[in-house]
Parts: sequence; structure tokens; C-alpha cells
Amino acid sequence: MNRQILSREGWIRLAVIVAFTAAFEALCRFGFIPSTVVLPPTDMAASLWHILRTGEYNKDIISTISNVVASALISVTLGFVLGVILHTMPRLRATIEPLLASYYAVPTFIFYPVFIVVFGVSSRAIIAIAVLLSVVAMIESTLVGLDRIPRVLHKTAAIYRMSTPARAVLIDFPAAAPRLFTGIKLAFAYAFIGVIASEFILSAQGIGYAIAYAYNNFDNRNMYGLMLLVILLATSANTALDTIDRHMQSRVRVTR
Amino acid sequence: MKRTGDSLLLILGILATWQVLYWVAGDIALTSPASTAVHLWKLLGTARFWENAAETARAFTFAVGISLVGGVALGVMLGVNRTSGVVSEPILIAFYSLPKVTLYPLVLLCFGLGMSAKVAFGAMHGLIPVTIFTMKAIMQIKPVLWRTAHAMRLTARQSALTIALPAVLPEVIAGARLGFSLTLLGVLIGEMFASQRGLGFMIMSAMGLGDIATIMAIAVFLSAFAIAANALLLWLNRAVPR
Repeated sequence: MNRQILSREGWIRLAVIVAFTAAFEALCRFGFIPSTVVLPPTDMAASLWHILRTGEYNKDIISTISNVVASALISVTLGFVLGVILHTMPRLRATIEPLLASYYAVPTFIFYPVFIVVFGVSSRAIIAIAVLLSVVAMIESTLVGLDRIPRVLHKTAAIYRMSTPARAVLIDFPAAAPRLFTGIKLAFAYAFIGVIASEFILSAQGIGYAIAYAYNNFDNRNMYGLMLLVILLATSANTALDTIDRHMQSRVRVTR
Repeated sequence: MKRTGDSLLLILGILATWQVLYWVAGDIALTSPASTAVHLWKLLGTARFWENAAETARAFTFAVGISLVGGVALGVMLGVNRTSGVVSEPILIAFYSLPKVTLYPLVLLCFGLGMSAKVAFGAMHGLIPVTIFTMKAIMQIKPVLWRTAHAMRLTARQSALTIALPAVLPEVIAGARLGFSLTLLGVLIGEMFASQRGLGFMIMSAMGLGDIATIMAIAVFLSAFAIAANALLLWLNRAVPR
């Protein structure tokens, strides 16, 4: 068991990030980068602290987070159900497979204006495009998860004369769970990207909207504070999900 | 033969779903497949469409060039040393899954409005996956290959060309495929937010007019382009011997 807080590489990584931030700070402070372009990192942090303390953007932050969570939940549920259905129909699946394979090559986001026209400028349009972006990742993960269930487990279920529902709950679901989690992780990351991007392009509230608004008003202070907030939110959420994911994947390897 | 049949079936299925959606949602939400095709055909005959398409194509070409060349160079540099690879991988992955739109104002402030900002933003999307794939490919070259190169007394140039390149090529092409589509997305988002030219701008101005037919026609055009490019790169990926 490795009880060190950080590995050697971890320390180097931390040093690289700190050095980069310090160099950035120095370049800004000594005037090589004008403050009209980029704020020094410490000022960004101060601005973020101010934003969180005064709560002036709380409405936007809550709106973004609830849209991300709603989109991710819809994608995970819908993707799981569609994945299970497709898995039971190999013929349909073989036909649809090329669509799934090239889905992420299409810049789906260009369909956002269609949803704007349909739903108006609202959370519904944002959630619709975020679901469209993230649902396919969940479908794919569900299919892979169900494909990779070791055949011996199905034989075991047959020996125990399990009914289909019992097999699904006791064997299939736990066996596919690590892959399903990868799907959840991806769905969340795509939903976050989708929500922020649509807020940024056109919406009435949300962090993305607030950043675009601040940009249009030359309000660099709030803009960089909010930017830092998005970076921190996305990085910490993704890192947390990724850590759990790696843990689950490594357990799969051990049991096999 | 069966695969061609399947693809035809898939296209028919998509068109049928689209038509049903059109019947359900009506004229304000969607245009039917047939009228979209007609509108696209009309659009393809206008000079305005091609001016904007050329603008997007120019920005995209530069951005893809930077993504591929820069990504491979960066990936090789980080990948040859195990420590630098292990150190940089999580940083690259964190940057990869970041909603990069948030950084667009930063790009705009650095590069100003116009072509260079679009190129920079597109390259920001495409560079990272190419780097990650190249780096991982280099790191995963089997040590026995290097020992063989050593035993055969190959020069650095020879081992790079005859050992490293063939070993990493499939991964690099896979990275290029991802980088290609993400760069396209980046350039289009860049045009949608702050631009006076390009297909992304055309979609946004059509949205302002509620001109759903133009949005759909351009979206279909771009999707067809992306799918065709993706199919070509997939084919290339399979053609390269592993």
C-alpha cells in the first residue's frame, strides 16, 4: 500500500503548475502582459473570492449546476435504457453502430440554434443540446459494459437457475457497473461542456452567460474570476470522477 | 455488400425519423428532409455561402495544421521521457475535458477579433488529443524494439523512421481523427460567438432571423463534411498495418 501523499511524479507535477502560475504572475506584474488582456492569477483568485463572498452570481452558478446535473441525469438514464435495448437487438445494433462510431465527429453543437428556435432562450434548449452531446457516450459505455460481461458469469447464473430479472440485478448490473461508471463520467463531462457552451453563445443566465456578458462589457475582473471558477469546478469534478473510475477499472482487472 | 445495405438502411432510418419529427413538431421547429435538401441546393448556388465556407475552411486548415504538427511534436517531446509523460498526462487530460469556450474571451483578448483568434481557438481544441495520443503511443513502444534497434546499431534517424514511426502511426492517426473533429467544432464555436464571417456566423445570423431552413441546411452540410472526413480517416487507420 502506497501511503505517500503524492508520488515523485505528483510532486514534479505540482512544482510545474506552481512554477507556471508564478511565471504567469510575474509576467503580468512586471507589465509584459497588459492587465487589459489577462489579469495576474492572484487577482483572478481575489475576484473569485469576492464573487463567492458577495454572492452576486449565485443565481447564475446555481442555474449552471442544476442544468448540468439535469442533463447528466437525463443522459445517463436515457443512454442506459437505449444501450440495454440496443444490446438485446443485435441486428438493429449492427445497423446503428456506424452512426454511434461517427457521432462525435459531427459538431453536434451547431444544432443549438435549432433548439433555440424551438424552445426559445431557456433552460430547456440548453438541457436538450447538452443531452444530445452526452447521451451517446452513455449508450456506448452501456453496450461495452454488457459486451464485456464474462461468459462464465452467465453460465453460473444458468447453474443457479436464476430468472432473467434476478440475473440482471445480481450479475449483469454489478459486472457492467465499472463500464457504466465510465459512461457516467463522460456524460457528466460532455454535459458540462454543452451547458457552458450554450450559455456562452446565447442564453439568459448561467456562468457561461455571465462570462460572455462580462466580456462584452470589458469587465475583465469578473470575467477572469468566473473563468477561474469554471476551471476549478470542471477540473475538480472531472478529477474526482476519474479517480473513482480508475479505482473501479483496476478492480475489474483484479477479479478477472 | 451487406454493409452497404446496412448503411443505406441507416440513412433511410435517419431520414424517416427526421420526417416523423417534422410531422410532430411542425414548420416552426424543423424543415422536412426534402425541403432542407432543396434549400441546401439553393444555398450552394449563392456566392455568399461559398464566401463564408471559404472563410471557415481557411481558419480550419490552419488550425488543423497547427493541431497535427504541434500535437505530434509536443507528444514526441513529452513521450520520449517517462517522467515527463507521467507528469504531463493528468494536466493534459484536465485541459482536454475543460469547457474551452470559457477561455474564448482570453483568446479574443490575446489575438483580437478575426482569423487568428478562430485559428487559435480551433487549435486549442485539436492540439491536446493529438498530443495525448502521440505521447501515449511513444510511451507504450515495447522496450524490446529499442533493444533490437540498439543491437542492430541503427542510427537515431534510422530507428526513428523504421521503428518509432511505424509503431506509433496507428495511434497518431486515431488522435488526428479526434483532433480533426474537435478542431472543426472549435472553429465553428469561435465563429458563432464573435465573428463577422464564416459558416458559424451564418448559422447565428439565420437564428436571429428565425430562418430555420438555413440553419438546418448548413448543419446538414457540415455534418456531411465531418462524417465524410471521419470515414476517410477511419479507413486510413485500418489501412495502416499494426
